Amino acid sequence: MDERSRPLRWPDREQIPASNEQPSFEDVVIPNLDAAYSLARWLVRDPALAEDVVQDAVARGLSYFASFRGGDAKAWLMRIVRNTAYTSLSARQKVLRHQDSDGAGYEEAALNAPDPALDPEQALLQKELAEQLETALAGLPIELRECLILKEVEGLSYKEIAQVAGIPVGTVMSRLWRARQALIHLVKTGNGHD
Amino acid sequence: MTDPSCEDMQLLIQADVDGELEPADAARVSRHVEACPDCERLQMRLVALSTKVRRDATRFHAPPHLHEAVRKRLPQRQRSLLARPALAAGASAALALAASLAIFAILPRQDMMPDWIIAAHIRALQPDHLVDVVSSEQHTVKPWFAGRLPFAPPVKDLSAGAFFLQGARLDALPGNTVATLVYKRRKHLIDLFIWPTEANESEGRKTGVREGYNFVRWQSGGMTFWAVSDLNVTELGEFADHWR
Repeated sequence: MDERSRPLRWPDREQIPASNEQPSFEDVVIPNLDAAYSLARWLVRDPALAEDVVQDAVARGLSYFASFRGGDAKAWLMRIVRNTAYTSLSARQKVLRHQDSDGAGYEEAALNAPDPALDPEQALLQKELAEQLETALAGLPIELRECLILKEVEGLSYKEIAQVAGIPVGTVMSRLWRARQALIHLVKTGNGHD
Repeated sequence: MTDPSCEDMQLLIQADVDGELEPADAARVSRHVEACPDCERLQMRLVALSTKVRRDATRFHAPPHLHEAVRKRLPQRQRSLLARPALAAGASAALALAASLAIFAILPRQDMMPDWIIAAHIRALQPDHLVDVVSSEQHTVKPWFAGRLPFAPPVKDLSAGAFFLQGARLDALPGNTVATLVYKRRKHLIDLFIWPTEANESEGRKTGVREGYNFVRWQSGGMTFWAVSDLNVTELGEFADHWR
């Protein structure tokens, strides 16, 4: 990984020890917990299940941590979260086949409310646009959604996404392309005014 | 040397928008896009879509009880690391961030703000992350913000003071999306972050240095300004003076 693609992200910079010593598991997990949860939410799309995924991923991570050889700690953790999410989704699908209930999760609405600084009209517009986008994102196949979320929400590079999803960089590019083709109608086709 | 077909360019254009190209490839893309209206349109739409997703897709925050649960799983002996002041500050900030956006609004942001601002500046220096709208013309840059932000940041032409407007972008800082103007003096880029001053922000001019970058903060007309650059303190102060 060259200098330019080195992950440099805030505010977790402070957690990285100044020396080159191996970070502790805590140094890896705590600064990236929001990112881990966010990825889990976007993949499994259920708040309660996402929490379980993060907890399982932390437990798995803890047991793998001895084999972590340094490098991109965030990508390492996100890969575990991602794999755990896939496992739990397939497990849930098996369970759902024997159940009628949809197991609807609760929403922590307060946590996900729009920015309180917006005025009501702006907030409403923002909310509508955001809902339109969320619906479109939710409609994407999971492997496309995963790439787009890692790119745009987590700000990972192609190389990091490849690492998290366990696919070649070329596949990252084509999945991003397909995801974007599916969403591109959300932005105006105008002549550059917007 | 023939230019590749538009179809072959698509993934390159996307990679360019994603800031993944080496300068030589980026130059190839911009040559093609300049000559090809279809690809130019594609590029603009990809930029618009990327901006939209980055801005509007929900960033979920781990709820406090999850933080608590995860902390309980962490090996006990490592927790003494938190005794280190920098780590403690960072970890508590991460906790606070996760706790809720609402709580965040009442936290003293200025403690972390220099770090966030500098990090945003450094991040922007990576290839193709610098500007979303490229223009040296204040009357192009100002309308670009309309509809992208719930406030109208001032945009000034400072070329008389030898600070040249390069363009603008949006930055997501914890709690807010802010307007960023990019100026240049000689080879030095200056990021000017702008947002409406909040009630709990500390007031007045402040200068400092983090990781080799200088910053100046001031308020005027209900807006808070943070200028960050590798430019020396004196000239960055000059920039602030020109702005005011």
